[in-house]
Amino acid sequence: MKKNKLLIQNSITYAIVIVFWLLMQGMAMTGHMTSLLKGLLVPLCTYTILAISLNLTVGILGELSLGHAGFMCVGAFAGALVTNSMADVIPGLGIRFFLALLVGAAVAGLFGMLIGIPVLRLKGDYLAIVTLAFGEIIKNLINAVYVGRDSSGFHFSIKDTSSLGLDETGVVLIKGPQGITGTPEAATFTIGIILVLITLFIVLNLIHSRSGRAIMSIRDNRIAAESIGIHITKYKLMAFSISAALAGVAGVLYAHNLSTLAATSKNFGYNMSILILVFVVLGGLGNIRGSMIAAVILTLLPELLRGLNNYRMLIYAIVLIVMMIFNSSPKVIELREVFMDSIKKNKNSKPKEAA
Amino acid sequence: MNFLSHLINGISLGSIYAIIALGYTMVYGIAKMLNFAHGDIIMVGGFAIFNAVNMLGLAPLPAIVAGVLTCTALGVTIEFVAYRPLRGASSLAVLITAIGVSYLLQNIALLAFGSNARQFSSVVNVPTLKLAGGRLAISGVTIVTIITSIIIMIILTTFVNKTRTGQAMLAVSEDNGAATLMGINVNKTITITFAIGSALAAVAGALLCSTYPSLTPYTGSMPGIKAFVAAVFGGIGSIPGAMIGGILLGVIENLSKAYISSQLSDAIVFSVLIVVLVVRPTGILGKKIQEKV
Repeated sequence: MKKNKLLIQNSITYAIVIVFWLLMQGMAMTGHMTSLLKGLLVPLCTYTILAISLNLTVGILGELSLGHAGFMCVGAFAGALVTNSMADVIPGLGIRFFLALLVGAAVAGLFGMLIGIPVLRLKGDYLAIVTLAFGEIIKNLINAVYVGRDSSGFHFSIKDTSSLGLDETGVVLIKGPQGITGTPEAATFTIGIILVLITLFIVLNLIHSRSGRAIMSIRDNRIAAESIGIHITKYKLMAFSISAALAGVAGVLYAHNLSTLAATSKNFGYNMSILILVFVVLGGLGNIRGSMIAAVILTLLPELLRGLNNYRMLIYAIVLIVMMIFNSSPKVIELREVFMDSIKKNKNSKPKEAA
Repeated sequence: MNFLSHLINGISLGSIYAIIALGYTMVYGIAKMLNFAHGDIIMVGGFAIFNAVNMLGLAPLPAIVAGVLTCTALGVTIEFVAYRPLRGASSLAVLITAIGVSYLLQNIALLAFGSNARQFSSVVNVPTLKLAGGRLAISGVTIVTIITSIIIMIILTTFVNKTRTGQAMLAVSEDNGAATLMGINVNKTITITFAIGSALAAVAGALLCSTYPSLTPYTGSMPGIKAFVAAVFGGIGSIPGAMIGGILLGVIENLSKAYISSQLSDAIVFSVLIVVLVVRPTGILGKKIQEKV
């Protein structure tokens, strides 16, 4: 019985994604698709993947990460680098993109593990601030690094393009603050949706597996979980690095939607991490479907209501505060319970009167 | 001489971090929350002083007082509206709310003042000090910053250790519940802490904007984060720790800017934080807390 319910719940989540895809395809075919909306489709998929993956860390593992954009950044640059530097070896763009996705996920996952091993020993606020620091470090490093390639192989520098020492066949791949240019725009909405579905598949199956239950038990009571023999570090690392790898996938998708990729504070900075966090919080901590829907609504709404654009971040901020107070304040929770009780009483008392 | 001047500039920057970090560390120690909006209160202080000087035509000193009052009122309001309802909620909820408040302040400032940088005219009128036959020049702002931070630190330590309110703060930070049983008004104590922290943020805002004269709605966020790094570095909850952490961080930042790479200086500062937290999670002067089941 319980298993059936779970299956239905998960199917609904997948169905929402597929229906959304069909809807958008239908709109495109009947010519109802505005160019504004069309440009938003791939970013929508990117944000959805980011929101789902961050929910794994914040909602399921229960640790606040403020460096999610950092993992996305790592994935984006690794992926774009693969697509650009493999152009001679593998001519097919599709295969290169697929390879880029794998590499992006692997590199971001590896970073997740590297940063996770020392950092997951910390708790709560400390972990949040360290992940934030990590995100900023990544952004700074990528802005400072220059990578080029010539006949003798890859060259690195942290100064400028001329100090790479490239010969005449040399190509500069990463140009410091200017980032990577000329990435083919291989990302399409359909690929994005497929990636969203894969992300959902991974996360939903993880949550409902033995490992997922172990992860949630750490969230609910770390000491109790440890006392029944759950390996805290292992499961924490698992959730953290899977979340990072998925953010890397989102990054690759993001990079292949733009021909110029530069690490600015707007796209990979702390603000981006917060934006994703808003999606997760609004959708409900630990609720995968919720964060998915919140990501779509919060991305579409301000874009469609252009007049609101100036107030967009302001509204996000207020939403964040109000949601937190409404959901977590002990007094508000008490009030809500009293309110719900009175509604129930009214409902119960009415039929009695009739009888 | 070059090294010495980088060092002094580092100490000056570090003193600003230290003043901000004092606010962080007090609030963290007493309310057990990370007030993410603290950095943005600095920005509000900066704008308040800027407007007091340029629109109301106040002299620097009254302008700073106006800034301090604005920030104190703001800090107390934020605590009352956003943080007090969440007392007793999970730390994740409080932290997310604090991030929300930080965003709110930034965006209100963005709507009110626009994103163009304002040229902040220094509120410190102290002549540059020339030493060693003019080879070592220390600007007036630097001297005032360092002296101010030392004075603040002395006053704050005395206040916490010698007055009844300060003792109440210590008691609340030690054990919230026991303090309530002893008749201490915890809510009032936390409000006072926020008031002091925000007033310090305004002073830091005045000094920060006098050192780096461009003022935008995002001015406070980076120094705020770095000051938090400083507070953690020195051991969060400890007043001398915040001071030491702040100055060390400022020196590290300035020296790495001068000798390694200006682009990587932030990365270096944050790497220091990660190393410190991994090696000694409670910071230089922090106390180790044994976890009980």
